[in-house]
Amino acid sequence: MSGRPQLGAVREAFAPWEDPAVRPLVRFEGVGKSFGDTAAVRGVDLSIYEGEFFALLGPSGCGKTTLMRLLAGFETPDAGRVLLGDRDIGADPPHRRPVHMMFQAYALFPHLTVAQNIAFGLKRQGVPRAEIGPRVEEMLSLVKLEGLGRRRPDQLSGGQRQRVALARALAPRPRILLLDEPMAALDRKLREETQFELMAIQQRLNLTFMIVTHDQDEAMVVADRIAVMRAGEIVQVGRPTEVYEAPADRYVAGFIGDVNLFEGRVTAAGGGRVRLASDDGAFDAEGEAAVGDKAWLAVRPEKIAVHTEPPVGGDGNVIAGRIVDYGYLGDWTTYVVEASPGRTLRAARANATRLVDRPLGVGDPVWLTFAPSSAVVLTT
Amino acid sequence: MRRGPSAFNLASIVLGLAFLYAPIVILVAYSFNASRLVTVWGGFSTRWYVALLHDRQMLDAVWVTLRVGILSATAATLVGLLAAVALVRGGTGPRRTALAGGVYATLVMPEVILGLSLLLLFVAAGLPRGFWTVTASHATLTLAYTTVAIQARLASFDRSLEEAAQDLGCPPWKAFALVTLPVIAPAVAAAWMLAFTLSLDDLVIASFTSGPGATTLPMRLYSQVRLGVDPKINAVSTLLIGLVATGVIAAYLIQQRRARVPAE
Repeated sequence: MSGRPQLGAVREAFAPWEDPAVRPLVRFEGVGKSFGDTAAVRGVDLSIYEGEFFALLGPSGCGKTTLMRLLAGFETPDAGRVLLGDRDIGADPPHRRPVHMMFQAYALFPHLTVAQNIAFGLKRQGVPRAEIGPRVEEMLSLVKLEGLGRRRPDQLSGGQRQRVALARALAPRPRILLLDEPMAALDRKLREETQFELMAIQQRLNLTFMIVTHDQDEAMVVADRIAVMRAGEIVQVGRPTEVYEAPADRYVAGFIGDVNLFEGRVTAAGGGRVRLASDDGAFDAEGEAAVGDKAWLAVRPEKIAVHTEPPVGGDGNVIAGRIVDYGYLGDWTTYVVEASPGRTLRAARANATRLVDRPLGVGDPVWLTFAPSSAVVLTT
Repeated sequence: MRRGPSAFNLASIVLGLAFLYAPIVILVAYSFNASRLVTVWGGFSTRWYVALLHDRQMLDAVWVTLRVGILSATAATLVGLLAAVALVRGGTGPRRTALAGGVYATLVMPEVILGLSLLLLFVAAGLPRGFWTVTASHATLTLAYTTVAIQARLASFDRSLEEAAQDLGCPPWKAFALVTLPVIAPAVAAAWMLAFTLSLDDLVIASFTSGPGATTLPMRLYSQVRLGVDPKINAVSTLLIGLVATGVIAAYLIQQRRARVPAE
């Protein structure tokens, strides 16, 4: 895939949030916002750092768009403060904030050309006429739309409009760029390309981006950190790997990626290990919990191995079952395994070799195993 | 399967259209009649148009009508724009209902009642009837139409365009002026045309609210017809039809051009 080589754009060393000396660019401090009786956002504390690509992730109605609009200035907080640098911008109207937004449906001005759309923010800033032309050209080449400046928005394809919207929001050089579901209207292939281009632009210009999305894959790919939201509150903030491999609770575990949950009681704990008695059997996992507590083990499908023979020895957890369904995705196959009547688990297997004659099919007895280190112990 | 309409359908459409337009066609045709008698064809001539040019009273009436039309349509469009903004964006509740009711009431109010009540108002207020009272009355009459026309467009206007303009540095009023207004301009122009046309052919309201020296064309025509039909009336009516038709077609074309923007 054309975008793949840029996967190297993931920045391992970039972690200003771990450095207490670095001051965040944007801070939400106990921010709350209600519409009528409904609290859209409740007690949100969040810091976003200079140069960060930050994602707000959650299902629709979780308050992520409200949080973004609070930062853009289209909503004013009922409680708490929104700070940009050290300044409380909570009461500033949108046109006085050096924060620009790329709207979900792009909101291009239909009566203006592409170039006029991009120049719109520059003119409002009072950029001299002579500088506007070159700046517009620069933006057009940044989003690879050279030569389309004289077109009108309705003469562009969906992908091109999206780029114009990006160029228009970037042209006045915002302190932070907000992207509201920017890829929602694009097809899958274009979406992947655009994701990598967004990352490349963000790092080339060394800008701060905040993206709002309900698409967990998108957030995982583009973001340095992800804030997972539920019902107006932030449940977990962390790197994509942290959110995926160490979810804070069952909600995050289930929202990001597929997960198998085993519910049960802790029967033994100590030495960083927990033993859980569940309906599917007793399992060992690495983690902390108190004996007697109710707990859940979260195990990702790809961390469950599928065997056609009963495994011998080892300290792994074993579940016997039968395949009732499978989904072949090309690179992966996901097996749905019935462990007991009505109880199904998912196990994913990379198709490392070409399967000429399929060794596993519906009805085959299998044994699922997972290592104690592969399971996450959740108490909420 | 048969192609084309049946005899019944064909007859219906021909007779229907004839009923609607034959009188107008006859009126236009007879405006070019050389004969003084309105019902006898005496050959082609433009003499009544020439005579019209020398009819001071008729020309005055045309001039009054045009001025009343332009001023009242402009006033109704401006107020209608504000009313439409309030109705679309002012939220819901009893105050909105009251405003909507107040604006739309004139749509269903019999013109005679409206004219009479305006006359009573002007008399009570001691205002001399004349050019300005007709203009104000026509603005009142057409306000409901301009409001409805602009409101319909504004309701479908994508609010995020205005937010985008604000986001890029426009105070709200400027976002409205730079983005909203240009986008809804065709509807505003169409509303103006509609108001102008309504003012142009109004007889009832004008009769109640006009005074000496401010006789509009429909009033002049009406009073002339009572004294006997003069072929000049055909000529001036033809010009009036031409003007109204131009206005309506222009408004339609402006709307069409906007609508053709693909909605992809």
